[in-house]
Amino acid sequence: MSVLAQAIPAPQTDYTTIIPELIVLGTGLLIVLMLAIRRFSNIGWYALIAALGFAAAGIVAYVDLWPEVTDGAATYAFSGMVAADGFSTFVVILSCVAGVLAVLLANSYLKREGLDKAEYFALLLFSAAGVQFMAMANNLVMVFLALEILSVCLYVLSAWNRDKFASQEAGMKYLLLGAYTSAIMLFGISFLYGGTGTLNIAALAQFFARNVLENQGLVFLGMALVVVGLAFKIAAVPFHMWAPDVYQGAPAPVVGYMAAAAKIAAFAALFRILFLGLSAMEVDWKPLLWGLAILSMIVGSLLALVQSDVKRMMAYSSISHAGFIAIGVAAASAEGMSGALFYLVTYTFMIAGAFAVIDCIGRKDEQYTKYEDYRGLFAREPLLAAILTFFLFALAGIPGTSGFVAKFVVFEGAAEGGQWALIGIGTVAAVIALFFYLRLIVLMYMQDSTERPDLAETRARVAAGPAVVLAVTVAATVLLGILPQGLLDMAGQAVFAL
Amino acid sequence: MEFLQTPPDPDAYIVLAVFLFSIGAVGFLVRRNAIVMFMCIELMLNAVNLSLVSFGRALSDLSGQILVFFVLVVAAAEVMVGLAILVAIFRRRARASADDMSSLKG
Repeated sequence: MSVLAQAIPAPQTDYTTIIPELIVLGTGLLIVLMLAIRRFSNIGWYALIAALGFAAAGIVAYVDLWPEVTDGAATYAFSGMVAADGFSTFVVILSCVAGVLAVLLANSYLKREGLDKAEYFALLLFSAAGVQFMAMANNLVMVFLALEILSVCLYVLSAWNRDKFASQEAGMKYLLLGAYTSAIMLFGISFLYGGTGTLNIAALAQFFARNVLENQGLVFLGMALVVVGLAFKIAAVPFHMWAPDVYQGAPAPVVGYMAAAAKIAAFAALFRILFLGLSAMEVDWKPLLWGLAILSMIVGSLLALVQSDVKRMMAYSSISHAGFIAIGVAAASAEGMSGALFYLVTYTFMIAGAFAVIDCIGRKDEQYTKYEDYRGLFAREPLLAAILTFFLFALAGIPGTSGFVAKFVVFEGAAEGGQWALIGIGTVAAVIALFFYLRLIVLMYMQDSTERPDLAETRARVAAGPAVVLAVTVAATVLLGILPQGLLDMAGQAVFAL
Repeated sequence: MEFLQTPPDPDAYIVLAVFLFSIGAVGFLVRRNAIVMFMCIELMLNAVNLSLVSFGRALSDLSGQILVFFVLVVAAAEVMVGLAILVAIFRRRARASADDMSSLKG
């Protein structure tokens, strides 16, 4: 009988597994609908709705789903398209936190720049739904769709500043290279499909358990191309070319969100595809991640040394962070994976906080992002300089901050797997990284700013939203640095319940 | 209609798909015009569609062909956003060459 003559079974639709996603998507649609009916003149209302939507989704995920999923095995819904387990729920909660921070950051930025269109918040919500579905995706179709939902929203957000050519250029570059690598990843998916006959990630694992691989080359090529596509999203060397340009050109509140959200989503998909689907091919994908991790850490740290723009430096810093997180994946163990999850949480807070400061110091049009604008910052803006110093130290991984604990746990995961070379190179990269963070810190404190009257005249204004973001992110970074155990347990549970 | 019943050998289609994909991939890197770059991405995506359909046919499985629909939809959405940004850029500069987009560098 031809395949076309078979009846297609109606899918099981268990909506309870995707309640947080439905809330986030629903809030986004609500904002779009409200815009069609009547526009509030103050976009603060839309910001409030978006923040409430994120908060509600996060709370539902934590209160309703988390105890359920950490108890038992994963539940598959929608014909195995999505999986609700500890891992996906953890990422859902994290993406909601990132979303709330992004909304708080954006509100004052949009008003200051005269770009106050509420579609921004709808796009934020949609992109967060993309992150969440990516973490839940149990089918390569879902991985692709969720990745595109996330990416297309991020392309638009990057190009948000209509009045700035750099922003549009950033959006265009991100889109062109993003679409290019999406096509490469899709080609990989089609090879995986051709070699194994399934797009379902859980079924991939069953296929490897049951069969001796005939088309080894085909499947290997497919896996490698999928890794390339996801490596682009996390900006791992050598697929990082877009990151410096996009980070520099895109609005600071967008970057503070995008840097975390894209990494969370792509790492979540990497975990699921490699650990669950292709665990039988561990010997094949481990070296790939090894290479990505080492190159990202070293090249990212070295190139960050020679930058003269803070946003661009943060881009290279985020590349090296991608390398550190990739260590957790390359360790190919539950410890490494929960370490990487913990790292992603701390990174979400640190990057949001750092870009909140960069946004405030940049002022209108983000005109002050060069190193020379930061010269003598401490004399002019003691508090902002102190907070930025704190975040730079946290990003560098100084003990007492969450950045240190995060690096420690991924190294621990790698040590359990006996990956000493990776740890050695990671330590060297961390030392190099300390240098480029220190360079900016020294500029802020040691130099005299008398030759910059334009900066001395106008004080940087910290609006309410960024102030809340700064308070929350500083508190989280300190707290996770001193008392990380609660979150570490959660990350461990998330991986255990996978 | 016997030729519809027996799954065809996918090799020829896959070779064609790889060939088309390579044209797109190389074209993207070589050409400087943003619209031509979009066309190259379309070519790559359609090569993927061809390989998905032929794998699906060879495996007697529908999921590959279903993915093709999603690829088509996403490609349309991506190009829409791309052209919107391009129009915004055109309003400032009357050209859409990748060489013009070089204000960002370190």
